[in-house]
Amino acid sequence: MESNEVVLKVENIGKDFFGNVVLKSVSFEVKKGEVIGLVGENGAGKSTLMNILFGLPVINETGGFSGNFFLNGEKAHFSSSFDALDAGIGMVHQEFVLLPGFTATENILLNRESVKDNFAVNIFGDRLKHLDREDMKKRAVNAINKLDVNLDPEMIVAEMPVGHRQFTEIAREIDRSSTKLLILDEPTAVLTESEAEIMIKAAKKLAEEGMSIIFISHRLHEVLDLCDRVLVLRDGNLVFESESENTNPREIAESMVGRSISDFEHTERKKELQKDLLEVKDLWVAMPGEVVKGVNFTVKKGEIFGIGGLAGQGKLGIANGIMGLFPSRGKVLFKGEEIPLNNTKNILDLGFSFVSEDRRGVGLLLDEPIDWNITFTAMQAHERFIVKYLGGLLKFRNDKEIRKEALKYIDMLQIKCTSEKQFARALSGGNQQKVCLAKAFALNPEILFVSEPTRGIDVGAKELVLNALKKYNEESGITIIITSSELEELRSISDRIAIVNEGKIAGILPPSKPATDFGLLMIGESNINGEGEIK
Amino acid sequence: MKNSIIESIEKIGWPRIIIGLFLASMFVIAPFVGVSVGTSISDVLVRFTFNGVLVLSLLPMVKSGCGLNFGLQLGIISGLLGAVTSIEIGITGFLGFLIAIGVSIPFAILFGIIYGLLLNRVKGDEMVVATYVGFSVVSFMNMMWLLLPYKSPDMIWGYGGTGLRTTISVEKYWFHVLNDFLSFEIGGVYVPTGGFLFFALMCLIVWIFFKSKTGTAMTATGSNPVYASSSGVNVNKMRLVSVIISSIIAAIGILVYEQGFGFIQLYMAPLYMAFPAIAALLLGGASVGKATIANVIIGTFLFQGILTMTPSVINNIIKSDMSETIRIIVSNGMIVYALTRRKKARG
Ligand SMILES: Nc1ncnc2c1ncn2[C@@H]1O[C@H](COP(=O)(O)OP(=O)(O)OP(=O)(O)O)[C@@H](O)[C@H]1O
Ligand SMILES: [Mg+2]
Repeated sequence: MESNEVVLKVENIGKDFFGNVVLKSVSFEVKKGEVIGLVGENGAGKSTLMNILFGLPVINETGGFSGNFFLNGEKAHFSSSFDALDAGIGMVHQEFVLLPGFTATENILLNRESVKDNFAVNIFGDRLKHLDREDMKKRAVNAINKLDVNLDPEMIVAEMPVGHRQFTEIAREIDRSSTKLLILDEPTAVLTESEAEIMIKAAKKLAEEGMSIIFISHRLHEVLDLCDRVLVLRDGNLVFESESENTNPREIAESMVGRSISDFEHTERKKELQKDLLEVKDLWVAMPGEVVKGVNFTVKKGEIFGIGGLAGQGKLGIANGIMGLFPSRGKVLFKGEEIPLNNTKNILDLGFSFVSEDRRGVGLLLDEPIDWNITFTAMQAHERFIVKYLGGLLKFRNDKEIRKEALKYIDMLQIKCTSEKQFARALSGGNQQKVCLAKAFALNPEILFVSEPTRGIDVGAKELVLNALKKYNEESGITIIITSSELEELRSISDRIAIVNEGKIAGILPPSKPATDFGLLMIGESNINGEGEIK
Repeated sequence: MKNSIIESIEKIGWPRIIIGLFLASMFVIAPFVGVSVGTSISDVLVRFTFNGVLVLSLLPMVKSGCGLNFGLQLGIISGLLGAVTSIEIGITGFLGFLIAIGVSIPFAILFGIIYGLLLNRVKGDEMVVATYVGFSVVSFMNMMWLLLPYKSPDMIWGYGGTGLRTTISVEKYWFHVLNDFLSFEIGGVYVPTGGFLFFALMCLIVWIFFKSKTGTAMTATGSNPVYASSSGVNVNKMRLVSVIISSIIAAIGILVYEQGFGFIQLYMAPLYMAFPAIAALLLGGASVGKATIANVIIGTFLFQGILTMTPSVINNIIKSDMSETIRIIVSNGMIVYALTRRKKARG
């Protein structure tokens, strides 16, 4: 339902963070009912631009911005996000903005709760109205149904798997009837492909009803599928603009990074893998929303072992359980010897390392500099970057070595930052992810668990990260267990892929099998039993 | 250019700039209302040296994520036990002071362990619980000061009574042992060199500690406990250690305070010691979750500066003695101001 009415007009917006220029001069228009795709490399300034439109306080606190923008022809002056909400802008942030201790319903309707009158209202005013729980639940269910997902309105956010949290955020924006312009900052990054499809369908429906949408994503096929028009941001300017029909992922990707990009090719391993390194027997993990109910598998030394499956089925629980972050039981053998579970320190000592899917919660020290983030785990677990005095009695941080290590990874993974002393919080989402990877590499692990390693990472960086993993695997022979929602990613790098369904392994397939075989395993439609391996 | 000015202001923080300017204006007004600038500066310097260590003692707990130590009384009481024991033994001078420290440390460790274990069970509500702990301990000690078998006539109620007095003079024992060390006078200003040196030494020790492996782990624990424990750090142990260290420094801090002030104050006095220390730290730019040694130094200086200057200047203007009232208004006013102006930790 695209019309010619201009909802948003952005004129020459520029922004720097104390001299670090992020946006130079950005101008574009969004029409009513139009879906705009905004893409660009990590740190290109997409989130920053959206934060400006949404009136977030970070922008003012860091010196404001230049240029103007107009909503329905009127110049916008937002002193806070409340003004933006009033003006009809809704935003789903790249990082969750939910109250963890509250249910889905309460989060969806926060500040817009249904209320009932009671006698006190007459005396003391509206603030004393009762919550109308029944009606709230109805509205929440309504919003959830629009998304067409299986989300329990009574579930506490803290206990939800990430995918469900994301749907809660989106449902919140849908419930607002006044929203005219919806900003979606990487809403699909935490979703599996099938969930992302659901989300895209919902967004299309909203656009048909006349809502304008700005959609940010690093998955280019999604962008082309959903959006009417695509804008590419690079070095603070819009460098490319096209109707979706007239372009393709490759063209967009190349204008994003300003160079040509090669497809990631899966190469067959030259030599056969021999020794068993890790044996998992009947592992149970009590990770809320990702419960593991008895999985069995064996990983060979030097292998890249993929774990896939739909969100909430338990694929994420496996790594978290083995690393001791959630209570688990069962038997895990490393080099033939049983290792004690629920003991992170011990596991790290043995040469395990882990990149968590929850980068802000588990993966990062947001208020500490990059170099600390990268080296801390290696320092604590392996006593690297330490100088010892008095025969090891006194152990001190070796700041020089720490700096050197950090610079090495900043260069290797092309982490975009002002210096190694920048706080992790001030990095763009994708660059935070790279810091998490660097942290795992710095452990020089023998076996590396990575969960969702390319979540929120742009195409160029994705190539970089997958290549880095592969190179690490080939050169240092480390074994990698990669958990991902993106099947294509798993197929491009793994030697074998296990699909998890309902807390159990539904089957283990080589990557050369057709995608439909994997799909059937994911939805539990295939009759290969837990141990079964199709060759 | 404009940016770099804004940036440096942001870095120092508006509250500190405003209060710093206010303090400077007090010094400008002082001579006109008949307050001697030399004496004032001496006062500020002396007060700075005897309060600094107490403020410093808050640092480890803030860093490990236990928040502002509203239970500072616990450490203080360990220090008091050391002080009275040292006087009972009767050794004077610097050695007596060292004995006081030596005796107080085991108490601080013991109390710290109990307090730390308690705080580990109430994660998220540390500051509320700490306040209660502070109050309870002071009440309990009110009884103990009467019952403990101290005999020195310099400390017990007159004419052979039992129980310790509310204020005990250290005049005969270790009054100004730190402050007078290498002290000198220049242009009417008394500089308590030894006090500065001791405070600097304590800061140095804390600074070095936070460069150690354990200190780094402690900081990370406060920054993100989940991250720390996924890196193999025992989060509860780190918090416990931070509480113990805080208690030890607080015990030393109160002894430094007493040698400067001249009296050991028992019974209800410790109750009122936590607030000013916390106010100074906040004023210095710390928050509930983050603090640095620079915050300690700047905060103590500004807080003690205002606390010394405002009453004497105002007294001389209105020509009547209201110093205590003004002091209370100013110090509590500053707590409120620091708390409201504090840049909230973005979540
Ligand atoms: N609060 C801040 N302080 C300083 N610099 C910041 C801050 N927020 C963002 N930046 C910088 O601005 C740049 C753009 O960040 P932004 O989050 O807009 O990127 P993005 O395009 O959304 O990237 P991604 O795809 O990784 O999410 C980054 O280089 C980042 O370091
Ligand atoms: Mg972003």
